[in-house]
Amino acid sequence: MSRPVLDVRDLTKTYGDGPTAVHALRGVTLTVPRGEYLAIMGSSGSGKSTLMNILGALDVPTTGSYRLDGVDVSRLVDRQLALARNRLIGFVFQAFNLIPRTTALANVELPLAYAGIKAKVRRRRALDALDLVGLADRARHEPNQLSGGQQQRVAVARALVTEPALLLADEPTGNLDTRSTEDILDVFDQLSADGRTIVLITHEKEVGDRAGRLIRLVDGQVVTDVRQQAHR
Amino acid sequence: MSVGEVVRFALRGLSANKLRSALTMLGILIGVAAVILLVAVGNGSAQAVASRIEALGTNTVTVLGTGRGATLTLPIASALSDPVLAPDVASVSPVVSASATLTYDGTDHDVNSFVGTTPGWFTASNTPVGQGAAFTADDEAQGRRVVVIGQTVAEELFPGVDPIDQQVTVGGALFTVIGVLAAKSSTGFQDSNDTAVAPLTAVRQVLTGYGALNSILVEAASPGRVSAVQSQVASILDQRLGVTAGDTAPYRIQNASQLLETQTETADTFTALLGAVAAISLLVGGIGITNIMLVTVTERTREIGIRKALGAPRRTVLTQFLIEATLLSVIGGALGVLAALIGSRFEIVGVRPVIVPSSVALALGVSIAIGLFFGGLPAARAARLRPIDALRYE
Ligand SMILES: Nc1ncnc2c1ncn2[C@@H]1O[C@H](COP(=O)(O)OP(=O)(O)OP(=O)(O)O)[C@@H](O)[C@H]1O
Ligand SMILES: [Mg+2]
Repeated sequence: MSRPVLDVRDLTKTYGDGPTAVHALRGVTLTVPRGEYLAIMGSSGSGKSTLMNILGALDVPTTGSYRLDGVDVSRLVDRQLALARNRLIGFVFQAFNLIPRTTALANVELPLAYAGIKAKVRRRRALDALDLVGLADRARHEPNQLSGGQQQRVAVARALVTEPALLLADEPTGNLDTRSTEDILDVFDQLSADGRTIVLITHEKEVGDRAGRLIRLVDGQVVTDVRQQAHR
Repeated sequence: MSVGEVVRFALRGLSANKLRSALTMLGILIGVAAVILLVAVGNGSAQAVASRIEALGTNTVTVLGTGRGATLTLPIASALSDPVLAPDVASVSPVVSASATLTYDGTDHDVNSFVGTTPGWFTASNTPVGQGAAFTADDEAQGRRVVVIGQTVAEELFPGVDPIDQQVTVGGALFTVIGVLAAKSSTGFQDSNDTAVAPLTAVRQVLTGYGALNSILVEAASPGRVSAVQSQVASILDQRLGVTAGDTAPYRIQNASQLLETQTETADTFTALLGAVAAISLLVGGIGITNIMLVTVTERTREIGIRKALGAPRRTVLTQFLIEATLLSVIGGALGVLAALIGSRFEIVGVRPVIVPSSVALALGVSIAIGLFFGGLPAARAARLRPIDALRYE
């Protein structure tokens, strides 16, 4: 068996200390093999985003180990982390996190720019990604001129544009109507079929049903972990 | 990522925050321009004072009578040119002066100082003749009624006419104009071109009578001998006028270079004061910049968090924000220098500003340092954060 893309052991995350400390993760162990399509569900505050941020190498765990593609992330220096975030991971934030006063196109181009791709190629690929999420006609709009759902789709396009091997999406359909949700999920299905690894957080059962494996978090612990027949 | 790309990012960052960029640049502009201009005004007034005094000649000593009655007389003046008692004296020019009205062709013109003196005065007092000639020792001895007029007098009395060989009436007597003085820079309250100079004998005869001299202008052999001349003159005068030790002398000796020193000190103090005001304005400008930059730290920190999450290494982020800060402060500073250069072409409170190059360097240096520091520091801090902490920054 090839080595897993994500390999997490006894992960804990505690915010603050003393009596006000919040134990967001209380020992999560999880391995995700290459090509898996994993959905994480759980009530609000159960630690889903916390886990996702650690998986995306944006945050560090309090204790426990995290191996990304076989490499211990805690040993990586800034440059290597930057490289991993840029080349390996596509991250969709729950709060979109688009750069203000910067067009949708420029936002989507950004990861390509940091990858050192030429402006012309970059533009074409960014436009393609925007087209994929149905926003080709909004390329020149700035975030504050876009609806919540449109901003979310720009964020998805930005995560997809580098064609990452690992896509981490924190509620990518949280603000979308059924039709847009369907479009985005079709894109994810396609990526999954291409062999990419996807981890997706959701509150919606229909979204979770599309994945090949479903994990439930309660109070920072994995309570169920089932492989399922994906409903397409 | 190439440097050009990072610069383009920085430019995009600046244009994405136009108001902020404009305000920051304005702050730097005003600070820089204020420092340069205020220092230039101080320097300009110092130079004006210096040139005004230098115009008197720095190697001369002026003897003024202070007592009642006729202290300074012609024999006393001649006694000062004594190669034994006063070896460092190059020339002695007795001076009388009075206000007078010059009339030519029905036009009147009043001059404050119609000077009567000897030919040596022209070189001693550093007052060259521009057109025509000065009068000679012979003119003086014969009491010829000839006069050399100042530029202002020439313009007032002889508009469009060559004044040489024309005759003007002064105190009921006719004087022939034989020369026009070269224009003197006149920065004081008095117009130093509004004057006329004639032989001592003629002026005494016509205007002032044969009383005391107004002053005696003594020229030293070299600027270094001025103080020697001063004491030589003093001892001759004391002897001649019978002044004993302890008495207050009925004369006063003025030394142009002493005058220059005290006046320059005053001007320097003025410059320092203006410089302090300017430094305060630069500081206030700096605080303004700091304020604007700090206000946007939250937003920019979040932006840095996003960029890092998308795979920007710390160096690239830092470079971008440093370039932004540099561009702001360099452009702002350059515009400030430009504004100061334009401003210095105009007279400010009656002073022609003269730019001090070091003030340009200082103002630019300080403003760029402020811009870099307060633009770069928050960026450097944010770039070191984990992306998620930068994103949560409030
Ligand atoms: N920076 C922080 N400081 C302190 N506590 C935090 C911080 N971030 C999250 N928490 C706490 O950690 C717990 C887990 O938060 P997390 O964001 O992972 O929840 P979630 O499962 O993503 O919830 P939701 O479905 O609402 O997004 C919550 O109780 C939250 O209050
Ligand atoms: Mg969440």
